[in-house]
Amino acid sequence: MSKSPVLEVEDLKTHFFTKAGVARAVDGVSFSLARGEVLGLVGESGSGKTVTGFSLMGLVDPPGRVVGGSIRLAGEELVGKSERDWRSLRGRKIAMIFQDPMMTLNPVLRVDTQMIEAIRAHEHVSEEAARERARAALARVGIPSPDERLVAYPHQFSGGMRQRVAIAIALLNEPEVIVADEPTTALDVTIQAQILYEVQKLCAETGLAMIWITHDLAVVGGLADRVAVMYAGRIVEEGPVGEVLDGPLHPYTRGLIGSVPSHNQRGRRLTQIPGMAPSLLALPPGCSFAARCPRADAACTQMPELVSASDRRGVRCHHPHRPDEPAYEGGSA
Amino acid sequence: MSKQPLLRLEGVSKRFAKRLDTAEKIVNLLGGDRREEVVHAVDRVSMEIADGEVVGLVGESGCGKSTLGRVVAGVHAASDGKVYWRGKDVSTLSGAERRDALLKIQMIFQDPMSSLNPRMRVRDIVGEAPRVHGLISAGEVDDYVDKMLLRVGLDPDFRMRYPHQFSGGQRQRIGIARALAVEPDFLVCDESIAALDVSIQAQVLNLFMDLREDLGLTYLFISHDLGVVEHLSDRVVIMYLGRVVEVAPTEELFAGPNHPYAQALLDEVPRIDTRKRVFQPIKGEIPSPINPPKGCHFHPRCPHAFARCREEAPALREIAPGRLSACHLNDG
Amino acid sequence: MSASDPLDTPTVTDTTAALPAKVDTPLRRFLSDYADSPLAVGAAAVLFLIILIAIFAPWISPQDPYDLATVSIFDARMPPGSYAMDGTPFLLGTDGAGRDLLSAIFYGLRISLSVGVASGIIAIIVGMSVGLAAAYAGGRTENLIMRVVDLQLSLPAVLIALILLAILGKGVDKIIIALVVAQWAYYARTVRASALVERRREYVEAAACLGLGHARIIFRHILPNCVAPLIVVGTVQTAHAIALEATLSFLGVGLPPTEPSLGLLIANGFDYMLSGKYWIAVFPGVALLITIVSINMVGDQLRDVLNPRLQK
Repeated sequence: MSKSPVLEVEDLKTHFFTKAGVARAVDGVSFSLARGEVLGLVGESGSGKTVTGFSLMGLVDPPGRVVGGSIRLAGEELVGKSERDWRSLRGRKIAMIFQDPMMTLNPVLRVDTQMIEAIRAHEHVSEEAARERARAALARVGIPSPDERLVAYPHQFSGGMRQRVAIAIALLNEPEVIVADEPTTALDVTIQAQILYEVQKLCAETGLAMIWITHDLAVVGGLADRVAVMYAGRIVEEGPVGEVLDGPLHPYTRGLIGSVPSHNQRGRRLTQIPGMAPSLLALPPGCSFAARCPRADAACTQMPELVSASDRRGVRCHHPHRPDEPAYEGGSA
Repeated sequence: MSKQPLLRLEGVSKRFAKRLDTAEKIVNLLGGDRREEVVHAVDRVSMEIADGEVVGLVGESGCGKSTLGRVVAGVHAASDGKVYWRGKDVSTLSGAERRDALLKIQMIFQDPMSSLNPRMRVRDIVGEAPRVHGLISAGEVDDYVDKMLLRVGLDPDFRMRYPHQFSGGQRQRIGIARALAVEPDFLVCDESIAALDVSIQAQVLNLFMDLREDLGLTYLFISHDLGVVEHLSDRVVIMYLGRVVEVAPTEELFAGPNHPYAQALLDEVPRIDTRKRVFQPIKGEIPSPINPPKGCHFHPRCPHAFARCREEAPALREIAPGRLSACHLNDG
Repeated sequence: MSASDPLDTPTVTDTTAALPAKVDTPLRRFLSDYADSPLAVGAAAVLFLIILIAIFAPWISPQDPYDLATVSIFDARMPPGSYAMDGTPFLLGTDGAGRDLLSAIFYGLRISLSVGVASGIIAIIVGMSVGLAAAYAGGRTENLIMRVVDLQLSLPAVLIALILLAILGKGVDKIIIALVVAQWAYYARTVRASALVERRREYVEAAACLGLGHARIIFRHILPNCVAPLIVVGTVQTAHAIALEATLSFLGVGLPPTEPSLGLLIANGFDYMLSGKYWIAVFPGVALLITIVSINMVGDQLRDVLNPRLQK
């Protein structure tokens, strides 16, 4: 699947200049995304995954600022664009879905008003045509009787339905890329499955590319094509989702996978990662994970580069695991 | 079960009523039709939990699992039904007996932020209850708190700090230390790891397992996360809209759930060992507990529903030794 | 898996915390947040100075304005910067009775502030108890209490105070009573609102689970968490109380002339305004203005710092 990338991010740096110092929330993130591809961007709180998403949307607010790197969307450089240019891009070429759908929805306006407005902000179309497109978008995300739902207010929808509406709005102008920030985290299991089902169908049918930001490896395993694991502002491992989850190279990825309960570990202690993530204000020199890493040694005081482990995988570690090591330590003592 | 269960619930219900306010009463006088809204958060639940057992309580939002946990822990009183602790009806106990029964069941909460009093130091958070109840004297507080902090894997030097100075995982440990300080036999864990990061979740889960081994604790582990429940529990109870729909030993449940809702739930849990799967969701939304469907609460979403399901609520009955299910399909 | 005893081998998992070395108490955090606004720090400094003046007025005033032996009617209505016959300067001039205005203002501050603060403290205690009782009792009791509070808040404070003073008569104690009656409802409403929020928090459920008594839960757990909004309202209400007292004294129903507050000084000077002797009314007015503005600015910053919604 060597399609041309629709989004290329190179050495992206977003820092927050706070009273207590400079927090390097995103510090040299690079990845690319092909058409129709779903990239899972995985990390824990403070890993920089959400700030990466906001940087892609030009939505970083002071004291934060994109201080370096490049974001190319279909060949067009986005870093350094004016707020005006961003406004015309957002929603049209790149759209975002948030964990809380009310970030997208205005509680006092009817859904049709909001959707028609979103279309006509970018295109000169008649109101009827815009309404027809809004209706089609609602139907496409699996909302039953879209005509009735168009004239409803956001509070008349359940949480899952609201998230569907938010996705429909993101789809309205047929963007190249959708950035989804934990959109199913707040939903129940059966509702989450419904949303994942719709999203999966959409990407397969329309060639839409998606960045799925989440802390949930299990969701990524079921949904994504490729996965990038973030830790303390950097990508520490990336590759096709199956290869990464079955044979993680980075000790952090291994630790994360070991932390998730699964069939073959029942009743046993989970392989936990000791300690907790370092403060972004005071990152240690060298590998940020070294303090929690069982493999760390003197070499880890130098920052490792993201090196390719195969033609499709990359890892940022001086002492990576072998891909054929099983992800779980099966039955050791 | 020959032994007396540690905890037994008999037809426990919990209703929350939203009373009419003055404005609504006036609306009614003028011919309006405002009614009191009664939520049957928990609807006639019976179960037994044996000494040393870990029971997972699973369900989606609005199923009443948290409310049931609070009834068990004594935070809410049951509207109907009885709670037996070591064979004694808790509501008939008084004085010291009642207090002991209350203290023996402790709760670990979901939100590591709001479950600790922000104006109190760790020493007071952990040491207050044992001192008030005379488990320790004032002079012993520091040593006792140190012991509790060590037990949950925290540095005793943190004793004089305030909750905001800790990470989420550490706060959850403080909450566990607070519960352990009154020497409980039974912990109700209400989504106790849901708010934590994945790697921290594993740390806290391991702590729960260590405590079970070291202190012989019994758990009611409430969670929406089936993976976690499967990992930890001996038995699983599944609730839907206030009612128990299935009870089964963990391995049997995950090998073959009986109730259609349990089947759907198990199918849809994202698992780390599945790749690029095609999601096949059950249709429909979770109905509001204010106005649940008649008959079997699950019938509007159930692929097997037939006429009887719409009229008659199925009873929870034994379908195999140790397995209960509430579904008309089991009647043949 | 080894059956490890966590007491012997503490599973040191979270001890590598990247926490600040010093114990960061809520007070220290509060002070550092407060210092974010230089203007607010300035206001606090001014307020502190005013309080010092009020406390030490008898020692720092050039003259005891109510000692008839030192006040001479021949010095009446002298403009700022003039000198008495014995050579003492009148920095801000003198009033109609020949009193040094600066000294009169110092003494006036003393009365105004003590009346404001005393009524504020009593009103807080009354309002807090009522508000907590309402929040904790719930049901009919709460409804009844809150309707009384609503009724009270719907009437203008001046009106309530005027009616009360008409019944009670003049005097420091009477005006404090009037101010308390006019203000307790604000505190009751504030405390009830935050107590209702705090009551539903999990730490209160945890306290109930731990078998702690009602009184302990209310006073040790809920109340300390309601203090922040109370301080904010208290600051602003104290400023209101001072202004209200000044108004009442100006209208002649507040304090007796033997205990002149700033309001009374302004009232006394008001008669001379038209004859061009502006200073007798204006300087006490400026003193009152500075006091109230600095209290309000401190209150504003307190609200910003203590408001949990604005905190990260």
